[in-house]
Amino acid sequence: MKKLKRYRFFFILLLGLLLIAFMNQAIAMTTVQLTGKSILDMLFLLPPIFILVGLLDQWIKKESLIRYMGEKSGIYGVFFTLSLATVAAGPLYIAFPIAVLLLKKGASVRYIVFFLGAWSTVKLPVLVYEFTSFGPKFTLIHICFGLVFYYLTGILFEKIYGQQKLLKADITKEI
Amino acid sequence: MINGIILYTIAIIYLGISFTKDKYKTKAALLSSWKMFHNVLPDLLAIMLFVGLALSLLTPSLISSIIGENSGLLGIIYSTLIGSIALVPSFIVFPLGHTLVQNGAALPQVAVLMSTLMSVGLTTLSMEQKTFGRSFAYARNISAIIMSLLFALIIWVVMT
Repeated sequence: MKKLKRYRFFFILLLGLLLIAFMNQAIAMTTVQLTGKSILDMLFLLPPIFILVGLLDQWIKKESLIRYMGEKSGIYGVFFTLSLATVAAGPLYIAFPIAVLLLKKGASVRYIVFFLGAWSTVKLPVLVYEFTSFGPKFTLIHICFGLVFYYLTGILFEKIYGQQKLLKADITKEI
Repeated sequence: MINGIILYTIAIIYLGISFTKDKYKTKAALLSSWKMFHNVLPDLLAIMLFVGLALSLLTPSLISSIIGENSGLLGIIYSTLIGSIALVPSFIVFPLGHTLVQNGAALPQVAVLMSTLMSVGLTTLSMEQKTFGRSFAYARNISAIIMSLLFALIIWVVMT
């Protein structure tokens, strides 16, 4: 029962889809197609990412991550965070479990905010696409402004939120 | 697709290295990966279905007509609202934005739409709250909205 309860939003939406299917079959069909495709995409992308996160959790020592992303890591931390965030593919919610792991291993809040911001702004695999469809000027403004903004936000958030405060829920445990 | 193949290759290589070094650690790692997957699955399925519904109801031509050249501030507000609902990965967002511009949508409005689609997620907010706590999740989303609006402003000043 508890397990089913976690799927309640999914079932509510499914009910909504059923209602739409009665009114307009074409829209329902596109929904099923779009949803099916994105679910397949996710099922394809998620397992390797979670396996890597699981491995990192076991193998990376807290001390070494603090050196790369801790409070005193400086410019090194910026580059390390940036390369971590821009290489990975996928929507931002995949980055949440990764961010929690980094926090757990001693990364500072500043770089976590910067990591999430960079993840949602710069993606090396799609950079070419942004460049060709919106032009170099647009792309450059987007990237430079985004990164500077999120770095400053990170500094601000670091003052507000402590590391421990953000670690209330451990995602590697069963809810 | 290529992204996926690269990811799988990297994951399998590291998994192999880890396995030859320490069987038990590898087993523990896989177990925690499975738990993570298990924990996000219900939320993910709901999000996917919601995004599917939203995208089939809001077709590119409909969105373009809402946020066209003369839509001004109202257009910006609409794009912020539409963009804030779902979290969509960038490899879908940029092609979508391109289609919108070709259908007659204005650049600053599309900029704010794309930026909020990638960084602000009301649908994923419950998931984000579970991960970081309520206050941080709200603050992060608000900061992302501010970033998107400022970005649109810069685009409007510089490029139109």
